[in-house]
Amino acid sequence: MTESLVVLDRVVKRFGTFTAVREANLTIDQGEFIAIMGPSGCGKTTTLRMLAGLEEPTEGEIRIGGKRMNTVPPHERDTPMVWQSLALFPFLNARENVEFGLKMRGVDAPTRKRRALDWLERLEIGQFAERNIETLSGGQKQRVALARSLITEPQLLLLDEPLSALDAHLVIRMQSVLTRLQRELGITFVYVTHSQSEAFAMADRVVIMAQGEIAQVGKPRDIYRAPANRFVAEFVGRNNILSGKIAGANAGFVRVETPVGTLNVQAEGTAPVTGTEASFVVAADMVHIDRTPDGAENAVQASLISEEFIGSVVTLFLEAPDGTEFKVQLQERALAALEPRTGDVFHLSWKAEDAHLLPA
Amino acid sequence: MRGASITWALRIYLLLIFTFVFAPIVFSVIFSFNSDRFPTIPLGSFTTEWYAKIFADSEVWEAARNSLIVSLSTCILATILGFCTAYSDYRYNFKFKGPYLALVLLPPTIPLIIMALAMLAWFSKIGVSGQLWSIIIAHSVLTAPFAMAIIRLRLNQIDPNLEPAAWNLGASEWRTMREVIVPFCKPAIFSALFLTAAISFDEFAVAWFVSGLNKTIPVLVLEIVQGNIDPRVNAIGTFVFFISMTLVILAQLFFLARLNTKADPQ
Repeated sequence: MTESLVVLDRVVKRFGTFTAVREANLTIDQGEFIAIMGPSGCGKTTTLRMLAGLEEPTEGEIRIGGKRMNTVPPHERDTPMVWQSLALFPFLNARENVEFGLKMRGVDAPTRKRRALDWLERLEIGQFAERNIETLSGGQKQRVALARSLITEPQLLLLDEPLSALDAHLVIRMQSVLTRLQRELGITFVYVTHSQSEAFAMADRVVIMAQGEIAQVGKPRDIYRAPANRFVAEFVGRNNILSGKIAGANAGFVRVETPVGTLNVQAEGTAPVTGTEASFVVAADMVHIDRTPDGAENAVQASLISEEFIGSVVTLFLEAPDGTEFKVQLQERALAALEPRTGDVFHLSWKAEDAHLLPA
Repeated sequence: MRGASITWALRIYLLLIFTFVFAPIVFSVIFSFNSDRFPTIPLGSFTTEWYAKIFADSEVWEAARNSLIVSLSTCILATILGFCTAYSDYRYNFKFKGPYLALVLLPPTIPLIIMALAMLAWFSKIGVSGQLWSIIIAHSVLTAPFAMAIIRLRLNQIDPNLEPAAWNLGASEWRTMREVIVPFCKPAIFSALFLTAAISFDEFAVAWFVSGLNKTIPVLVLEIVQGNIDPRVNAIGTFVFFISMTLVILAQLFFLARLNTKADPQ
């Protein structure tokens, strides 16, 4: 049998009258790093808890390694989880916390201790092995929690927003620790987060969930460039979403009549019917901004409202005369040459290939 | 900033409280070493006569043995009961949980004398009155709510993910109880043991009604003072006071210790 490691087959989870997860289909391969992302209440944590056996699917089937898992209790699975609260045992020291999983499996004390110390060493916190959990810093606790869930060398590791309590600079550090471990161990990671930067930075594939449904599954790049629907386009952010009527089509492109002018948009597959409503997205970093028109096919004039710095990347917020808002992302270096002041009028343009038509 | 006068008023208030609580006890201790039969001032000479008397009295030894057995058995039974109710309240939601908890916490609100009479009536009806373990049962009922309250407070501090985390790492529900819940509650469990022991050791009304011929220390003390004035009571009182205080202080130490080692705050 060559089924994927994890299969969610039409999984539904209801709590009373509330449907937390509806008809979720997903396959996860051995060694894959999957991020499940979405706003709070979208069902991402419920999905993770079902994989851990902490919730039982109302309908559908969850298979891990080809075996139906619906009613297997959590302690009979090998699906350790890294908790958002870490859930370290406060009455045990760092090493004893790490040993816990082995102790439950009846491994003898000397072996347990040796393996726990190996793991703490591997995560560079060997010197804190005998320390009380309370005396460790956030980052150190995080590593203890990670070692605790990896010590049984599982095939599948579940992570529930594990970095959300850490400082920004620690998050970046832990991200590289996580991706390195995942590659070295060849373990499948299922990583739940609401942070796009975490998901896109680490995952092989990203699952976007909205109101209990899987909105899109794909490589981070594909989700960013070609969102499957308006929700994903908005959720991913840093996207310009424009709406209008189809004015015509030719050779893989359509013309869309919008309040800011008629614009060319790439249209894969069958082009929509002329006269129908359509929306498309242009990623903020695909928009060219200049003080003078550059004669490109899709050009719009807009005035600067505000700017936002995120490290070396800057996002400019502009407004076209009709009120349509535009976001443009560029390097700090490029911005300096532009010398933008609030109220200045700029010419925006982009290639038709960089515009992605949203399915109706 | 608080005015100096208020600070002084509070200090005097505190001093008065301690005076009213401890002065009688201090006098009892002093008179236990006084040679005069009647507790009057000026004091007579220093003596250990009353202590020698109670040590020689087999009745006192018998009562002390009974008290020890009763409070030891009571504290274990009450703490087990208290732990189970606290955990059931923490872990589960069920129909009629409100009335269930109200019922569980009811005994301390019933006047002791009523409780004692009811116990006696009920025990003699089912034929178990007048035994040492009649007192143990009655005291367990009486003190279990205290154990429940202490342990429930501790469970409030637990990270709700701690139990699922243990299951997730391969511990069955029973194993989790042993490896996670009980160790987490350990300070509270000790606190509950000492407190229930102290309550049981001091309790008079219920013990007097259901004990039959098995006198505990408080029952014996009443019997001694009923007929006459006997300084032996002061000597016994001094012992009882120090035992109770030790138990209560130990309970407090564990209670405070657990406040200082809170669960993971995140």
